[in-house]
Amino acid sequence: MIYGLLGGAACVFLVPFAWLVITSLKPIEQSMTLPPSWIPRAYYADLGAGKTEVTLDYRTRQSGAVVERVAGENAGAMLFLADDQLAQLTDADEPLRVLQRVEPGWWRATEKLPRDAPAGTPPRWRFVPDSDVESRVKFRWENYPDALGSLDGGSSDPASLTSKHRVSFWRFTANSLIVCVLGVIGTVFSNAIVAYGFARIRWRGRDAFFAVTLATMMVPFPVLMVPLYGVFRELNMIGTLMPLWVPAFFGSAFNIFLMRQFFRAIPEELSEAARIDGCSEWTIFWRIILPLSKPVLATAGVLHFLHAWNDFLGPLLYLTRKETFPLSLALQSFQAQNGGVQWHHLMAASTVTIIPVVVLFFFAQKTFVQGIATTGSKS
Amino acid sequence: MTPAEKKNVFTGLAFTSLWIVGLCVFTAYPVIASLYYSFCDYSILKSAVWIGGENYRELVTDDLFWKSLGNTLLYAALSVPLGTAVALALAMLLNCDVRGRSFFRVVFYLPSIVPVVASSMLWLWIFNGEYGLLNGLISPVLGWFGLTPPAWFTDPTWAKPALVLMSLWGVGNAMVIYLAGLQNVPKELYEAAAIDGASAWRRFWHVTLPGIAPVVYFNVVMGLIGSLQIFAQAYIISDAANGGTGTHDGAPARSLLFYTMHLFTTAFHDLRMGYASAMAYVLFIVIAALTWLATRLSRRHVE
Repeated sequence: MIYGLLGGAACVFLVPFAWLVITSLKPIEQSMTLPPSWIPRAYYADLGAGKTEVTLDYRTRQSGAVVERVAGENAGAMLFLADDQLAQLTDADEPLRVLQRVEPGWWRATEKLPRDAPAGTPPRWRFVPDSDVESRVKFRWENYPDALGSLDGGSSDPASLTSKHRVSFWRFTANSLIVCVLGVIGTVFSNAIVAYGFARIRWRGRDAFFAVTLATMMVPFPVLMVPLYGVFRELNMIGTLMPLWVPAFFGSAFNIFLMRQFFRAIPEELSEAARIDGCSEWTIFWRIILPLSKPVLATAGVLHFLHAWNDFLGPLLYLTRKETFPLSLALQSFQAQNGGVQWHHLMAASTVTIIPVVVLFFFAQKTFVQGIATTGSKS
Repeated sequence: MTPAEKKNVFTGLAFTSLWIVGLCVFTAYPVIASLYYSFCDYSILKSAVWIGGENYRELVTDDLFWKSLGNTLLYAALSVPLGTAVALALAMLLNCDVRGRSFFRVVFYLPSIVPVVASSMLWLWIFNGEYGLLNGLISPVLGWFGLTPPAWFTDPTWAKPALVLMSLWGVGNAMVIYLAGLQNVPKELYEAAAIDGASAWRRFWHVTLPGIAPVVYFNVVMGLIGSLQIFAQAYIISDAANGGTGTHDGAPARSLLFYTMHLFTTAFHDLRMGYASAMAYVLFIVIAALTWLATRLSRRHVE
């Protein structure tokens, strides 16, 4: 019973992930089928010159024929005509040549042109019965380079943009990493120093100051948004990545709280012994407390990385030029500019955005879970 | 103060100096400036002009303000209780002595760390009215009853419920906190209750719930504060519903116009930053009031 519930719930939580990856490995037309298909496939059929990979466009419901216009300005054009249309045109003495008889239920199959085919090559097509279509499981890994290549949002056709105006996927990733890595460094050091002042030194006014610190956690970000924009404008940081990582070097209430809890649990005798030996507070902090506090430093660092990687509102507020966008904002503007129909590319790019946090999670699983559990126990 | 005390104050201030700067520049100044701006006509392009309570007076008659407030409260009223129930249920399942617990914990937790942009894209696709996975799965079932599935994010009635369902995918964080809370409930209490012949339901009501009440309180308050500030998902999804035209009006039909989104557009698209600051302070007061209320209620029940 419990396993049934757990298994069912696990499926519900996993299916969206599965669908994300499945869609990212399909050609777009296989995403647009009803009912949804679970396995990315490739179809092969003989269009006249041996087996080639094809797209199955639709099934015809009527019998008819594929004909070619023999004369007139459209000479050479191929079209499918249902029987009644064919009869009408034949009665009207249109010069037509019948290429292929088509039975109801046959697929229209169009040749999939290779990616390096010259532009303007018309793909061949033909109607084929089910029995002539061979289907194989095939993952379209090329969706990934295609998606990442078009992430700058201009167009999914790489040729239509000059290289000067293109911002590569690696630029977006680098921006994300700059914000995350500098932010993590700032978070770990600034909060450790400040938390030491709150946890290991007794001074007048400390507890009142700490109470104020905790109270700031209550302030919703929208209240700070407008004046913060003004502050960063005064500092000439709008349009750069700096507003996204500089504040990390000045502490945050939550991390100060987290580290203070940890520091307080370290036995006071260690500090006392060092003080008797004539160590300064800084030496005690740097040589004794910090080496003992690796778990909490890791927790704060990992949580900050996650927060910075996932942040959307911050980049949206402070960044204006595409060259400075982190991955999150680049993905959104790609979606907005393509009108959201390139589902296979969107899912591929989303998968790439998710991979770093998933990898981080598996490397630092314990750190994550402990950090979050501590969050909850503060009340 | 003795010289030793003075030295301690000096050292304490030295260690916390980074935070003193951070607190002043990135929190205290903005909180105060925001309050001042809320009584001003202000945009980033020109300096603030004092207009008294005009912004607040205008808010009362502003339909969009009320619409966004209503949307946000409705979203919070749906997502917080449902999220709490789902997170607590999952945590209790995991708290049973099951094999593969760490596997299930990973499965339930992972979605909560997925970047909001990526999860918005994914759910836009799953909730897609024509080819979405969800409708593909439920339309045959609904078909028996002669019903057709909704278009979710492009249907004003169903956009918010879809957003709530999407938020349930991310309850993993709360679940981990509940699980830690559940593991702190003394085992002896359950044994004693079992000996007394208490049913599973009574054990839940009289042992489990009082044992984790502080954790529930914490999570509900945090969930409330978070959901009242919902922004990114709604911004991305309603932008997609608008076909990426960049008009962030909470499409479809303003059903996704949430408070923070309205505030953001007022401040940074319309450049009415004084008016936006007044909105921000109203949100501040609403959040403070709800937190205070939750604290009052929990005092009565937690102890």
